[in-house]
Amino acid sequence: MTAEVVLEARSLRKYFPTGASKMLQRPTAMVQAVDDVSFGLERGTTLAVVGESGCGKSTLGRLLARLIEPTAGSVLLDGVDVTAASPRELLALRRDVQVVFQDPYACLNPRHSIGQSIGTPIRIQKTLSRSGEKDRVRELMQLVGLNPEHYNRFPHEFSGGQRQRAGIARALALQPKVIIADEPVSALDVSIQAQILNLMEDLQTTMGLSYVFIAHDLSVVRHIADRVAVMYLGKIVEIGDPRSVYERTAHPYTKALLSAVPVADPRAAGGRSRIVLTGDVPSPVNPPSGCRFRTRCPKAEARCASEEPSLEARAGSDGVDHLVACHFPD
Amino acid sequence: MTLLSVQDLRVTFGTADGDVHAVKGVSFDVAAGETVAIVGESGSGKSVTANSLLRLNFGADVRTSGRILLEGRDVLAMSEDEVRAVRGRDVAMIFQDPLTALNPFYTVGRQIAEAYEVHHPGTSKKDLREIALDSLRKVGIPEPTKRVDQYPHEFSGGMRQRIVIAIALVNSPKILIADEPTTALDVTVQAQILELIAAMQQEHGSAVVLITHDLGVVAEITERVMVMYAGRVVESASVVDAFATPTHPYTRGLLKSVKSLDTGRHERLESIPGIPPSLIKLPSGCPFHPRCSFASSLGSRCSTEVPELRAVGSSSSACHLPNERLLDLLGGAHDR
Amino acid sequence: MIYFVLRRSIFAVVLLLIVSAFTFVIFSALPSDPAALTCGKNCRPEVIESNRERLGYDRPLIEQYGSYMKGIFTGRTYGEEGSSIHCPAPSLGYSYDRHECVTSLIASTLPVTASIALGAFVLWMGIGVGLGTLAALKRGKWQDRVATAFSVIGVSLPTFFLGLIFIMVFVIWTGILPFPRYVGLTENPFDWFMALLLPWFVLAIISAATYVRMTRNGILEVMNEEFVRLGIAKGLSRRRLIVTYVLRAALVPIVTIAGLDFAFLLGGALVTESIFNLPGLGKLTLAAVVNSDLPILVATTMVAAVFIVVANTVVDILYGYLDPRVRAK
Repeated sequence: MTAEVVLEARSLRKYFPTGASKMLQRPTAMVQAVDDVSFGLERGTTLAVVGESGCGKSTLGRLLARLIEPTAGSVLLDGVDVTAASPRELLALRRDVQVVFQDPYACLNPRHSIGQSIGTPIRIQKTLSRSGEKDRVRELMQLVGLNPEHYNRFPHEFSGGQRQRAGIARALALQPKVIIADEPVSALDVSIQAQILNLMEDLQTTMGLSYVFIAHDLSVVRHIADRVAVMYLGKIVEIGDPRSVYERTAHPYTKALLSAVPVADPRAAGGRSRIVLTGDVPSPVNPPSGCRFRTRCPKAEARCASEEPSLEARAGSDGVDHLVACHFPD
Repeated sequence: MTLLSVQDLRVTFGTADGDVHAVKGVSFDVAAGETVAIVGESGSGKSVTANSLLRLNFGADVRTSGRILLEGRDVLAMSEDEVRAVRGRDVAMIFQDPLTALNPFYTVGRQIAEAYEVHHPGTSKKDLREIALDSLRKVGIPEPTKRVDQYPHEFSGGMRQRIVIAIALVNSPKILIADEPTTALDVTVQAQILELIAAMQQEHGSAVVLITHDLGVVAEITERVMVMYAGRVVESASVVDAFATPTHPYTRGLLKSVKSLDTGRHERLESIPGIPPSLIKLPSGCPFHPRCSFASSLGSRCSTEVPELRAVGSSSSACHLPNERLLDLLGGAHDR
Repeated sequence: MIYFVLRRSIFAVVLLLIVSAFTFVIFSALPSDPAALTCGKNCRPEVIESNRERLGYDRPLIEQYGSYMKGIFTGRTYGEEGSSIHCPAPSLGYSYDRHECVTSLIASTLPVTASIALGAFVLWMGIGVGLGTLAALKRGKWQDRVATAFSVIGVSLPTFFLGLIFIMVFVIWTGILPFPRYVGLTENPFDWFMALLLPWFVLAIISAATYVRMTRNGILEVMNEEFVRLGIAKGLSRRRLIVTYVLRAALVPIVTIAGLDFAFLLGGALVTESIFNLPGLGKLTLAAVVNSDLPILVATTMVAAVFIVVANTVVDILYGYLDPRVRAK
């Protein structure tokens, strides 16, 4: 299979002004939420973006879906630069890239029936007639494992997992090419998480979807990702084939992240050595010079403060897709 | 030595839609210095159980029955003043969301001092300040002399949770109830907080009742685990047993869901079918039977008769399946 | 904190300048000729023109505004020597209708309005916050229902209606109170008090109605906060919890709204002053409207604006003081 890139990010940056932007005051500082992020997503595959709160992963997701404008850089959909799209083109673009959010309850209108909510994109894009819309919504509900008879029920009558199914159905309504899933299972119970992940995988196989799967949890990602990117303070620090990233981890932050995840195995818990990072994530308003992770890094040396590491192929990766941004990778 | 003994605890909330049976007959013991986890998903009754220990379930219509014996004294039968004396002194609590748990209007120093002063009235201002500083130091807040006079919003989430822990431990309680203490935190911070709780437990010798939905957290720091489902304890076992040889189909399903997340790409994830039951209209018989793959093998028994907790091997399980079948069928949960 | 106060104060001054200019422009844009209003209906054109010159209405608007602002700080003399009228600083203009400096008119009416506002404020905060707190603490019980009923009735009662009913009941039917006739506080404190009792209650009941609801809802909301639960889990007594946790948090927004309401009242309680025949700012304004007495209208509008801007600033600073999260920004 030739690798065909469906969605590509090129040097994406998003800076938010911060500080008191009241009358007669210029923004005092910029939050560098996403800083120079590039990657490609191949058709029919899943790229997982992992990081802790404030690393910029959600901002990246919103940039990719063109919900916000990038400060610099571009997003290419099927080779077309969509950052330069006109409003008309943007509307068409919205069909191809859809978003599934973390909290399905917050993004379903409580006064609309679940069927109406799922059909909203169809109504906005006017792709189908009114009756066509209803049929399509019923079909979608079936597809995601909801009972089509429940078309007229309201969001509060559904469980968290069912609402997330509805969120997915709505994202699928316009037959998109790419789905940006922003922590789609984080708010769900463990037993339900697996159901939703299975559903997403099934849909990917049958509909040839490509996913950008945003998560804070490496264990969820391990299962679903074809490629994984680890973010820290707005930058990708490590990206590549999950097997290589997980088993031949090169970046100290990824290592810490992996070792911090509690393992559901009491026998393993005692034996392994855990890297506990000290301190908190520094403010993205004023990130550390050089390597942004250096303030918490057990390996940091003088060079890390002066020189920013670039994303390069991991030494000895032998052609396996695995890049790392570290001066002293393992 | 049994420190806390919960006997047939039942909690019902009256709502406009009907009675919500949050806890339906939960019994367990906690020994001094022990770490016990109560595991369950949303609606399992784990938090309501935890809150009951300090009578912290509020609402217009809350009905609680059973006994909660703290060193032989029934918390549920105490007067308001007696409970107040227990709260924060004998039994302290850590809440889930450190961002909302601290009072935004007072400095963290004052909030720690207050927790001490309530149970030690008449302590001098100077001593209180020393105690606050000392607490901050113990939970690893850098520059305590400067931080003591700051307000909660000036701290990060992880730091705030440290402060909540400092408040909980200022009176060296006999029992520390931690209600999802790390759920709202990032993984790397979660690791820090879990280590801190474990270290503090060593130092103060407190028993810890950990409420969580995260089996990973359970495996990390606890000795004994109780699995709750729809207001009942369905399994009670040592952590090693619970993970190696779960004796209830629900525990097995949970473990499989978690375990399989660690498996590689494009393997089918094991999941528990269906959705958790509504607490207003619970299924008849065993509350788990509509989602249980073994229920059909026992005819109608699972849908008519509520299983009681009984010994299965070294664990306890509330399942109608015969012991040998439970051990046989479920023992494989640990296999990949 | 000092920086915060300073910034808010500078902002207030700028705002006042803008408001005053705006007021000035609006009133000058009115179709009526201020000079023509200086003497009666059968006025000779020459008189009008000479008055126009005397009062400065013949000059460009910008200049008029300039001398008005200057007058506030230095005082102002109208007309040539001999027949000139002098209004000492702070001069807010001269009312031809009343043949008096506007400043002295305001100086004589403001204490009346201030008396009404202050008393009513104290009462309404007492009733509103007290009843609201009671309702929240006894949620669902009869006290709550009484408070809610009070709140609904109070909100829906117009001031003039309640005022008239009070006069009927307390003055005409039972004669418990004399008909309100304003007497200065320094002249006779007892009469002052008796005269203001009814207007205080009328205003207080109507304003308190909103505050009952705000306090009740605020308290109930705060009671659901996680930090209050932590307070209970610490073992705080109910009383201490209510005072230091619940009320402290619930009253912050109420205090700020109350500050603005109070300032608004200081600008003149139009209806109340009219019903009870109290010579306050409101009555002055009303009379000025009827007589198209522009200088007074400009001045009372500005005074009201000053109160509101000042109150806004004070409230902002107070908010920063009460809520550490605001202070930081």
